[in-house]
Amino acid sequence: MYQLSGVTKRYQRGKKTVDALAGVDLTIEDGGRLVIQGPTGGGKSTLLQMLGGLDRPTSGTVEFDGVDLASLPEARLTKVRAENIGFVFQSFNLIPTLTAQENVETALVPLGLKGAARRERAAEALDSVGLGERLGHVPGELSGGQQQRVAIARALVKRPKVLLADEPTGNLDESMRDEIMELLEGLWKEHGLTFIMVTHDSSIARRAPRLATIRKGRVTVTENAAA
Amino acid sequence: MFFTYLRRELRRRRKAALVVASGLALGIALVIVVSSVSSGMSQAQDKVLQSLYGLGTDMTVTKAAPPPGEEGQGKRRFEFDAKGDDEQSSDRVLVQGFQTLASSTVAQVGDQEGVADAVGGLSLTVLKVNGEFKPGEFTAPPGGGKTGSGGGGGGGRVEGGGAAFDVNTYSVYGTDVTAPALGPLTSSRITSGRTFNSSEADAAVAVVDSAYAKEKGLGTGKTVTISGTKFTIIGVATADSGDAAANLYIPLKKAQTLADAKDKVTTVYVKAADSQQIDSVKAAIQKNIPDTTVTTSADLADTVSGSLSTASDLATTVGKWLSIAVLIAAFLVAGLLTSSAVSRRVREFGTLKALGWKSGRVTRQVVGEALVNGLLGGALGIALGLGGAYLVTAISPTLTAQLGGGAGGGARGGMVAIGGGGGGPVRQGAGKALDIALTAPVSLATLAVAVGLAVAGGLIAGGFGGWRAARLRPADALRRVE
Repeated sequence: MYQLSGVTKRYQRGKKTVDALAGVDLTIEDGGRLVIQGPTGGGKSTLLQMLGGLDRPTSGTVEFDGVDLASLPEARLTKVRAENIGFVFQSFNLIPTLTAQENVETALVPLGLKGAARRERAAEALDSVGLGERLGHVPGELSGGQQQRVAIARALVKRPKVLLADEPTGNLDESMRDEIMELLEGLWKEHGLTFIMVTHDSSIARRAPRLATIRKGRVTVTENAAA
Repeated sequence: MFFTYLRRELRRRRKAALVVASGLALGIALVIVVSSVSSGMSQAQDKVLQSLYGLGTDMTVTKAAPPPGEEGQGKRRFEFDAKGDDEQSSDRVLVQGFQTLASSTVAQVGDQEGVADAVGGLSLTVLKVNGEFKPGEFTAPPGGGKTGSGGGGGGGRVEGGGAAFDVNTYSVYGTDVTAPALGPLTSSRITSGRTFNSSEADAAVAVVDSAYAKEKGLGTGKTVTISGTKFTIIGVATADSGDAAANLYIPLKKAQTLADAKDKVTTVYVKAADSQQIDSVKAAIQKNIPDTTVTTSADLADTVSGSLSTASDLATTVGKWLSIAVLIAAFLVAGLLTSSAVSRRVREFGTLKALGWKSGRVTRQVVGEALVNGLLGGALGIALGLGGAYLVTAISPTLTAQLGGGAGGGARGGMVAIGGGGGGPVRQGAGKALDIALTAPVSLATLAVAVGLAVAGGLIAGGFGGWRAARLRPADALRRVE
């Protein structure tokens, strides 16, 4: 699914040049599950953004299903994101004025689905994350865990090939964290999608079959046979 | 989704939306009030001008001013018999301005290219003097002395005696009864009786101005005598605004006879075929018909002064620039507030872009919100503007138009007879001031401009925000807040 070769991302911070990623080579198989772990500022989120086509590397290639996202025109990159990649963010990133159902619908808008079909699929997605009764609630009326469920429903409603999660439990308490992780793992198994997650939580990292540790822009991958 | 999202966002940012809409509303309301007041002033000026020469007249042709020393028709004398004490009366019919054109000039003017119609008229002033002489009476001195008896000169005295005369001046306009659509009488409407018909070219009939009729107790069916000729009053005319062009209107031929001005006119009233070609028609007449002065309504407008003129100048200068300044400020504030709102929503737009929303769709959303703000501002501005215009009309401040002052004073023989003593129909008295109530009519064009401004305001504001939103890269947007 993913083939990263020599991916470097260089930022200019004042007079200093910082390599967030320094020649990363990484392969991620179709349907695989990878956890990316590392210290703050180590390049975890940058790597996730490269995989999600949200950013382009300074050098190197990010191949997704044989297509180099790094050199893809913006319009096609947007299409790849719209059709194939679901995102879950640490801060949920829900639109505060829209209801849970409408928030989920926003992921279907780029696919050109009409109103009724969009509403139906959004309702199904919310039902699958246990929020079938909360369709009309705006984010402010939902708990943190419920908001993250809405975000997960939004990521999965378009039936993506890849689910990218950036610290999805970072803003949740412990019980909520486990609940969300169980949900994500269950959905990964159920939908057979590729699941890549960034976390600094070691307990979560230990549960992953494959762990990519990133330090100073360099990635080391370890397999976890026990997971 | 577009409308749902838009509605929810506007509801969430109600205060910001209200600030943007209010700014635009203020600018738009000012534009409506200023343009409607300007339009009212323009109408007031038109009324003033129309009251001078009637509806439909684009220009007048009069005889050019003669060189100094050549003017005048010679001295006229009033002759009275000083014997007896009977009341005596004498009147003089004078051509206003003492300058006339041959009647054939009317046809000549009518033949010029671009002239749709030309009608001649003769303006007269009648000076009527009536009263009586009283001879003195001899009074003998006390003691019975007789005049001339003996020397000593103890004669009596002649006492008393003298003259008491009233001088009455009024104006008479000789109108071409075969062409009722043009000329000064068109600035009045018949409020009693009827106007002339074309068979009355030489009839002794008259139409009297209502104000003059009231003053002199005249009315339809009564008679009035002008220089010995008795005219039957067939109608009463009321001036649409200001004073009437003349106190009495009589057929042109009769006027020519009374003034001993056979085949003469004082003014030719001209209607141009195309109102855009007035200047070229004026030039053609001046070139082809020598010794004439052509005065257009634009020339006449220059002679209007007083508070109407001042207010008009204010509306077209201060009002216009104030509206433009407020509009620019409102557009800028709307643009900056929209741009600032986009800055506060970078995570939202970054997320939408991460979900696969194209930049164009995000921009459309921002522009759509700004446009609705603009339209709200437009609706509010139109309501405010209509209210302001209604208020101006309800208060109807009175403006004074000083006619013929300054520049008009020298316009001898021109359309601007007032203050100049020219050949046109003279209003009562030189440099006459007319009071005009100001209105502020709001035209559909003004409303269309207001809607256009609202849309433009929304688009400008949306342009600011949309430009920012379009440039937003999802990774940058998410990085800035995570």
